[in-house]
Amino acid sequence: MIAIVDYGVGNLFSLTCSFRSLGAEVTVTGDPEIIRSAGKVVLPGVGAFGDAAELLRKNGLDQVVIEEANRGKPLLGICLGMQLLFDKSLEYGEHPGLGLIPGQVVSMEPVVPKGYKVPHIGWNALHFPKDKPVSPLFRHIKEGDCVYFVHSYYAADCAADLIATAEYGPELTAAVQRQNVMGTQFHPEKSGPVGLSILRAFCEMEDRL
Amino acid sequence: MITKRIIPCLDVKDGRVVKGVNFLGLSDVSSPVKLAKFYSDCGADELVFYDITASAEGRALFTDILTEVASTIFIPLTVGGGINTVDDFDRVLKCGADKVSVNSGAIRDPSLISAAAQRYGDQCVVLSVDAKRVDGQFRVFAKGGREDTGLDAIEWIKKGVQSGAGEIVLNSIDTDGVKKGFDLEMLAAVCDAVNVPVIASGGAGCIEDFITLFETLPKVDAGLAASIFHFGEVQIPDLKRALADRGITMRL
Repeated sequence: MIAIVDYGVGNLFSLTCSFRSLGAEVTVTGDPEIIRSAGKVVLPGVGAFGDAAELLRKNGLDQVVIEEANRGKPLLGICLGMQLLFDKSLEYGEHPGLGLIPGQVVSMEPVVPKGYKVPHIGWNALHFPKDKPVSPLFRHIKEGDCVYFVHSYYAADCAADLIATAEYGPELTAAVQRQNVMGTQFHPEKSGPVGLSILRAFCEMEDRL
Repeated sequence: MITKRIIPCLDVKDGRVVKGVNFLGLSDVSSPVKLAKFYSDCGADELVFYDITASAEGRALFTDILTEVASTIFIPLTVGGGINTVDDFDRVLKCGADKVSVNSGAIRDPSLISAAAQRYGDQCVVLSVDAKRVDGQFRVFAKGGREDTGLDAIEWIKKGVQSGAGEIVLNSIDTDGVKKGFDLEMLAAVCDAVNVPVIASGGAGCIEDFITLFETLPKVDAGLAASIFHFGEVQIPDLKRALADRGITMRL
């Protein structure tokens, strides 16, 4: 069973439906016991980093997610959920994240060329780093496939764990992986067949109970 | 690089897709769920659903359809029609919409844009504008193009973006249904005025019209159309391939 962590941020309807369309058993839950008993965990999120981190902490779910990740359970952060995996974010102040992946979340405003619209919204092509093997998360898709992004901040200083980028002026972090901890800046649940193939690859990873 | 988007628009009334020609003479096309699935499979980059129902029963039916679409189709969905309050945003977002388009509701109450943007983020709020040339000015029309509001379209759009609209759909009443191409002059004026994505609507009759749109106005992000897709006059895979062949970045 896959637990989608419900901590009061955003709408989980499409995400839940996308997993169910793949035949996966998913539960949307804020209950630590259910998250602990799940084979895999998905950390979703939209909105501002500080508010989301606070909500996650308020229910003690931050510790549950960290503990389960440290036990080797496959964890997938999506959009803001990916950003929360990092050490910290500089969105409206400085806010600590879960510290599962080294790096920080910063505004793309200073790095994208003039005339580029921020937020970065729309379909963009994934590029895989040339110097490492393709992540198992992408085993069913190929370099250049497009996925759907909606974000104004991006993860920086995380080259070691980068598994995909998207060009928006510079190459921005599109996905990261550090062993069993994975994150996508884009929304696989809104990225058509390519997105579903990424979720399928996640579903196929070995459960850690 | 971000791709240009091709967006079929589905006007839904009493559970069926309809398409007005110059907003008149509604004709039944197909089941919204089937049509949405068809478009998603064809490579549509996003879908727009407009609820043009007036009755409460029709509205409930629309919400059911939206839920069914969102549970089977995994591309971005924008919903508009009858959005007058933040509660209306809530209602359609809960059914799986990603973005909500406001039109007459924002004209009646401009604070709707800022209230919704604060609650759901700018990226969620789409300002849809029906505009027409009147006395040498681009004028905003309300109520499905029937009522001249007296508002200058460019000023209205600028104000909307300042209030938090994250995207503009510009529908030219002058070119809508005529199938002779998008309203490039009106679109250029809007692209110059704001720095949020602009979606061109109204007037597409053939593939060439989309090529002209994106080649003439590189700042336009997306082309929206209804009947030419519904009636199969333009097939989305052919359209996207033709655009890509001209060097326009597309998701293929």
